[in-house]
Amino acid sequence: MLLSFLSMEVFHQLREVPLVEETEKVVSTAANYRTKTRRNLLTPKTAPYVFIAPAFLLILIFTVYPVISSFILSFQEVRGIEKSFVGLANYTRLIHDPVFYKALLNTFQILIIQVPIMIFVALLIAVGLHSSLIKAKALFRIAYFMPAITALVAASIVFMILLDEHFGLVNYFLSFIGVDKIPWLTSPFWAKVSVILVMTWRWTGYNMVILLAGLQNIPADLYEAASIDGAGKVKQFFMITLPQLKPVFIFTVVMSTIGTLQLFDEPFILTHGGPNSATMTITLYLYETGFKFFDFGYASAIAYVLVLITAIVSWVQMKLVGDTEE
Amino acid sequence: MITSKKLSTKIWMYSLLIVGVILSIAPFYWMIVGSTHPSGEIFRVPPKLLPGGFLAKNFQTLSESLGIAKIFWNSLFIAIVYTFVSTLISAMAGYAFAKYRFKGKNIFFFVILCSLMIPFQVTLIPLFEMMVAFDWLNTYQAIILPSLAAPFAIYLMRQNMQAVPTSIIEASRVDGAGELKIFFSVILPVTRPALAAVAIFQFMAQWNSLLWPLITLNSKEMFTLPVALSSLIGMARIDYGQLMLGTTLSTIPIMIFFLLLQKHFISGILGGSVKE
Repeated sequence: MLLSFLSMEVFHQLREVPLVEETEKVVSTAANYRTKTRRNLLTPKTAPYVFIAPAFLLILIFTVYPVISSFILSFQEVRGIEKSFVGLANYTRLIHDPVFYKALLNTFQILIIQVPIMIFVALLIAVGLHSSLIKAKALFRIAYFMPAITALVAASIVFMILLDEHFGLVNYFLSFIGVDKIPWLTSPFWAKVSVILVMTWRWTGYNMVILLAGLQNIPADLYEAASIDGAGKVKQFFMITLPQLKPVFIFTVVMSTIGTLQLFDEPFILTHGGPNSATMTITLYLYETGFKFFDFGYASAIAYVLVLITAIVSWVQMKLVGDTEE
Repeated sequence: MITSKKLSTKIWMYSLLIVGVILSIAPFYWMIVGSTHPSGEIFRVPPKLLPGGFLAKNFQTLSESLGIAKIFWNSLFIAIVYTFVSTLISAMAGYAFAKYRFKGKNIFFFVILCSLMIPFQVTLIPLFEMMVAFDWLNTYQAIILPSLAAPFAIYLMRQNMQAVPTSIIEASRVDGAGELKIFFSVILPVTRPALAAVAIFQFMAQWNSLLWPLITLNSKEMFTLPVALSSLIGMARIDYGQLMLGTTLSTIPIMIFFLLLQKHFISGILGGSVKE
C-alpha cells in the first residue's frame, strides 16, 4: 500500500503540482444554497460525512482494528481459542530463530541483487526508447509492459516449467552454447537466481515505463540551452538527464524495494521456500507460521518486524527525496 | 562518416530492443503453445514450439479436476463487484476530501494516510480471526470486503477531484441540484479518466491476488484462478498441460483487456503515477 502512496508523490512531481493543495476554493457556504436544497436530504453540511462513511467505516473495521489487534497479538500466545500474554517472548524467540534469520537474509540478498540489475536494465531500455533514433515507440512500450499484466502466480508457473532442470526450455537453449544443465529450482543458489529471474521478467517493463515517463517530462529547453553552451550528448546525460530523473528514479527503487520486502507469490509457487529454506522470505514465513502452524502470536511478531523494516526503508526514502528538493 | 556511425548505432539499438521484446513476449507464446499439448509433450527434447491438438482434452481434464468454469466465474464475479464498489466509494470519499470543508476532515484524512503506509501483511492474522468469527471463510464477501476501501484509490481520487473547478459545483447548486445529483451527474462524468485508472488498477489487483484468497478459501468450488493454479502445483502428479491451460485462461482476459485499452491500462496499473 505504501507503494501506492509513493506513486502518488511521483505523480505530483511529474505534474508539478504541490502535494498538499490549498483548499481555499472549497465551497461550504451552506447558507447560500439552503433555500434551493430543502427537498434534498443531503445538505452541503451533511453530505461529506455520507460520502466518506462507507470508505471510512471499512478502513476502521478492516485495517485500523487489525493493525491494533495484531500488535496486541504479537505479545500473546494463542492456543486454540485461548490467548495469554507472554510479554516479549515472541520477539525473543524471533531473535533466536534460524529460519527467520534465513528469511531476512534471503530477502535482503534478493533485494540487493535484483533491484539494481532490474532498475539498470529498465533505465537502459527507457533511454533507448526515448532516443530519437527509435521509431514505433508505442509498440515497444506495449511489448515491454506485457509481463506487468500477468498474475505473479501465472508468471511463476510458466517459469517453473521453463526452468525445469532436465526438460526445461531454458536449459535446452543453454545447451547450444555449451552450458551444462543448471539445477534452477533444486539447488539453493540457483533457486534464488530463479526467483530473481522471474521478478526481473515481471517488473522490468513496469519500471521502464515509469522511467520513460520521467525522461519525457524533462523540459526540452534544458537540452537546447546545454547544446548552445556546447555540452555534448554524454555530458548532457550526466548533467541534465540524471539529476532531473532523480525523483522518479528513487521512486522506482523504493517501490521495488518495498515490493521485494513483501515477496511471496514467486517463491511460494516456484520453490515453496526451498530447497532448504534458500528462498524463504519474510512474508512466506509469516504465512507458514500463521496458516500452516496457526501460531498467531508468533506470526504477528513477524508481521511487526516487517512493519519496522518498511518504516525504516520509507524513512530513508523520505530523506533521499528531501535532499533532491533542497 | 557521421551518418554511417549513426546507422550502426541505430541497428545496434534496434537489435538490443528487439531481443528485450522477445524475452518479454516469449513466455506468453510458450504458455499458450503449452496449453495445446499433453503433459508429457511439454517436456519433450527437442521442445515442441508449435501448437498441438490437445487443447480440448486439456480443457476437459481441467474441468474435471477443478471445475474451471465455476472458478473462472468466481474470479470474474469477485473482481467485477470489487472494482465497481471500490471505485465508487473511493470516488465518493475523494470528492468529500477535495470539495467540502467539514469537522474532523483532517483526522479522517490522517487515518487514511496512515493506513496507506502499513504493509497489508500485518492485518492478515486478525482479519483471518475475524472471518472465522463471522463464519465467512469460503465466501465472496471475505475476499471482497477487507480491501474494498483502498486508501491509495481515495488519495488518487481526491487529487483528481481537486482539479475539478468548484464553479461547476456552485452552478449546479444554484440550479437546484442536490448533493448526490451533483456527484453522480456532474462530478463522475468529468473525472472519467481517473475513474478508469482506479478501476483498472483495482481489477488487476483483485484478479491477480493470491495471498488473501489463499488464506480464506479452502473449498474448491470457491477458489479464484490464482488459488486454483497454486493448488494444481501442490498435487502429487502435476498435469502440465492442464496447468498451462489454466495459466493461459487466467492471463488471456487481462491480455485482451490490455491490448484494447492499453493507454488507460498503463496509467491504471501504475496507479496514476505516470502522466500520459
